[in-house]
Amino acid sequence: MNMIIGLGVVLVVGILFMIFRIGNLLEVIKGKKEESDNWNNVNAALFLVFMVGGLGLFFWYSFSHWGSYEPPVASIHGKVTDDLFWLTMWVTVIAFTVIFIAMFWFTYAYRYNKDRKADFFADNHYLEITWTVIPAIVLALLIFKGLRVWTDITGPASKEAVVIEVIGQQFAWTARYPGVKDKELGQHNYRLIDASNEFGLDLRDKNSYDDFKSLTLHIPKGKEVLLKIRAKDVIHSVFLPHFRLKMDAVPGVETHFKFTATKSTQDMRDETGNPNFNYEMACTEVCGKGHFSMRFPVVVDEPDDYDKWMTAQDSWLNQNPDYLKYVPDNLKEAAMIKAGLPLTSISIETTQSVTLK
Amino acid sequence: MATIDIHSHTTVDHHDEHNHGHAHHGNFFTNYIFSEDHKVIAKQFLITGMAWALIGGCMSVIFRLQLGFPDSNLSWLKPILGGWLTPEGKIDPEFYLALVTMHGTIMVFFVLTAGLSGTFSNFLIPLQVGARDMASGFMNMLSYWFFFLSSSIMFTSIFISTGPAAGGWVIYPPLSALPQAISGSGLGMTLWLVSMALFIVSSLLGSINYITTVINMRTVGMSFTKLPLTIWAFFLTAIIGILSFPVLFAAALLLIFDRSFGTSFYLSDIYIGGEALPNEGGSPILFQHLFWFLGHPEVYIVLLPALGITSEIISTNSRKPIFGYKAMVGSMLFIAILSFVVWAHHMFVTGMNPFLGSIFTLLTLIIAVPSAVKIFNYVTTLWKGNIHFTPAMLFSIGLVSFFLTGGITGIFLGNSALDIQLHDTYFIVAHFHLVMGSASFFGMVAGIYHWFPKMFGRMMNAKLGYIHFWFTFVGVYMVFFPMHYIGIAGFPRRYYSWTNFETFSGFADMNFMISVAAIVTLAAQFIFLFNFIYSIFRGRLASANPWNSNTLEWTTPRHPQHGNWPGEIPTVYRWPYDYSKPGAKDDFIPQHIPYSETPESNLPHENEEIKLEGMGAAIVVEENKH
Repeated sequence: MNMIIGLGVVLVVGILFMIFRIGNLLEVIKGKKEESDNWNNVNAALFLVFMVGGLGLFFWYSFSHWGSYEPPVASIHGKVTDDLFWLTMWVTVIAFTVIFIAMFWFTYAYRYNKDRKADFFADNHYLEITWTVIPAIVLALLIFKGLRVWTDITGPASKEAVVIEVIGQQFAWTARYPGVKDKELGQHNYRLIDASNEFGLDLRDKNSYDDFKSLTLHIPKGKEVLLKIRAKDVIHSVFLPHFRLKMDAVPGVETHFKFTATKSTQDMRDETGNPNFNYEMACTEVCGKGHFSMRFPVVVDEPDDYDKWMTAQDSWLNQNPDYLKYVPDNLKEAAMIKAGLPLTSISIETTQSVTLK
Repeated sequence: MATIDIHSHTTVDHHDEHNHGHAHHGNFFTNYIFSEDHKVIAKQFLITGMAWALIGGCMSVIFRLQLGFPDSNLSWLKPILGGWLTPEGKIDPEFYLALVTMHGTIMVFFVLTAGLSGTFSNFLIPLQVGARDMASGFMNMLSYWFFFLSSSIMFTSIFISTGPAAGGWVIYPPLSALPQAISGSGLGMTLWLVSMALFIVSSLLGSINYITTVINMRTVGMSFTKLPLTIWAFFLTAIIGILSFPVLFAAALLLIFDRSFGTSFYLSDIYIGGEALPNEGGSPILFQHLFWFLGHPEVYIVLLPALGITSEIISTNSRKPIFGYKAMVGSMLFIAILSFVVWAHHMFVTGMNPFLGSIFTLLTLIIAVPSAVKIFNYVTTLWKGNIHFTPAMLFSIGLVSFFLTGGITGIFLGNSALDIQLHDTYFIVAHFHLVMGSASFFGMVAGIYHWFPKMFGRMMNAKLGYIHFWFTFVGVYMVFFPMHYIGIAGFPRRYYSWTNFETFSGFADMNFMISVAAIVTLAAQFIFLFNFIYSIFRGRLASANPWNSNTLEWTTPRHPQHGNWPGEIPTVYRWPYDYSKPGAKDDFIPQHIPYSETPESNLPHENEEIKLEGMGAAIVVEENKH
């Protein structure tokens, strides 16, 4: 089988080569000049065809298929970003179309003609100033608008913002919530990380007792959320396409991004008509073999549902009571209350430790 | 030290002038392998660059197979890929990353930096400024052989069992620093770093030579304002290279320390493979700053020579002076300067200070202005021209088209607020492949078609050139234009497959189409390869000046020997773009024709210069006495 394919390829290449040789010989016999003029016209015409066809395809496809490409937007700043995107789009598409047409039209219209001489046009200061100043002004407007949006997006989050920590590692995301009791994330230290304590929670900090882990990112609709982002091993990047949000997760550096979701998962299902719609978070900084599989499911809840979900979660300490031993003695009781551990069972342990002392 | 070297070589050159009757005979090794002749070195760079381009291109098709035909069985590639295929006939995800990484490294550095600058700066600088050779032929030879050594090491790294570097061509630590993070960060990464260090040495040796030659060895009358735009481009490129490559060297060196000697420049707070690493206090972001301080100027190192080549070819084949010569030089100069202060636009979402982001947005969008000016000037050069569509001209027009299409999307990406969404998606892949990848590649191909007659004394077949162009031009658009759409849809780059995500699971048909276009485009390059090799041996004999061009290289004989001109080096009297001058009998007047010989076409101020022509020669005699 392979032999036959191989032979076939050799044959085709051989035939092409023969055609090429015969073409060369014919060229020598017929003489060069006239034919090269014909080819010149062919190339010029092809440029024209390319211009018309290319622009036609571009506009037709963009208008007919746009809806399937732009992910529906679901955040306040995302809406603003999209407006800026469309403004830039119109400016660039207009500029692109005009230059594209001019360039290929000139290419066609001024193809070689032996009766004509090119125009000796080497300089024109007015023209040059015009096309330096106009792009400069247009760009200045885009910069001005862009920087205002950027400043808003990157500005400090409000005090009331819901804080959620997102942690990247090879090749999964986890989220840590501050818990309903203190609403503060506890301290962490990468040296405390082990198989169970994957956050590196520092249990000497009382804010850590009610922190809980989630393998789905739940977000309340309509409330400002501050994502605190970190990575354990290599650089990852948080990408929430529907919220127009991206921020690297860098080991050793805490990054953050604030945003407000405007549509719950259910809203989005209604809007897109897709009953199975789900928000997703992806990794966009190459991080190794499983880079492409770092999917983190995202759910936007109505505020009431979000509160219900929050209260229903077990704290991390509750799930890992062994780690109580790292809690300083004077905080043990507070820790147990905050973590939702039954005081009775543990109080025996505490008394034991007291007697041991 | 440097000045002493230059002086000694200048003396040698004068010596040459007195003995121009003697040909330089050497043995095979000194003529073709360890040659100090800039033309031979240029060809060495060219052939090596083409070999690399083929390897890099084939790699891209292999990973396009994965993306466009995710369900296909690739067992038939077993003889080439061996253990990198899983038993089910799929590409190993880690090897996929290695392919992407090596494709980027090879194309950016080995093809478009060494292959483009190395070939055309070497070949054209002495020929177009009117010098017998580079300032230091020996350094020039070293430059190639360092490149060859670097190439060999990079090539070797493809075949080792842990695989070549796989953390992306930008090699961000910690991924590139920790072998436990990805197997390519083991020996593969070490070889990558060693290879790049040698590459930087090669690049610096070359750049120093280019700069020295352009400044010191221009022929009589070749003032900076009479330099062809190619030379301006090569000159500025070399300056950018000298200022930025050492920074990459420093970055690489610190990475070597982190990898092998336990330092913590880029590492901090890392828990990997079940253990917490002792490194603390470093910052991975520091590496990104250092890397992009080279990385962004690198874009212009790749692009400017292509733009220079295009300026020359478009002007010649439009039979028209390049429009706005001074504006062209000015915008290149401006681009060269600005290229050093825009690097952090690659890092808007790394968590760096937002205020810094604002500054870099501002500076980045400013760089769009000189770029736009260049496009307008190219288009105006075509206007009212008399255009000959040689293959070189076709590729040059293609370049301008890519520069426009790819450049204009830079206005989205440079705006930090928009970059948040588009960063690291296929939108950016489309952007830089068009504006720097394809545009520079077209510049390189255009240069090969245009100067082939001077390199090898024969013509390439034009019709094969047309076929090559149309397949490549349309092919490149079909590959990269659709990527804008899937980029807007949010598809992240460097993904082995998208089916894990509902959001990214559509558009399989689009990816299929892109892959088919990529295969066709690569296949079309074999037409070029055939044409190139065939024409070296069997092409039509070239005349001394086949394109009726003005620049000095076309005043040399069909096969310029070592020393380039058999007699005196021609004196230059005019700028290189006197095409279709009103009153002139031909539609071109080469640079070495004095104004006194063309009274019919001289402009008023040029008649003034006739008086100076005699004096110019007198000044030369004075200088030679020193």
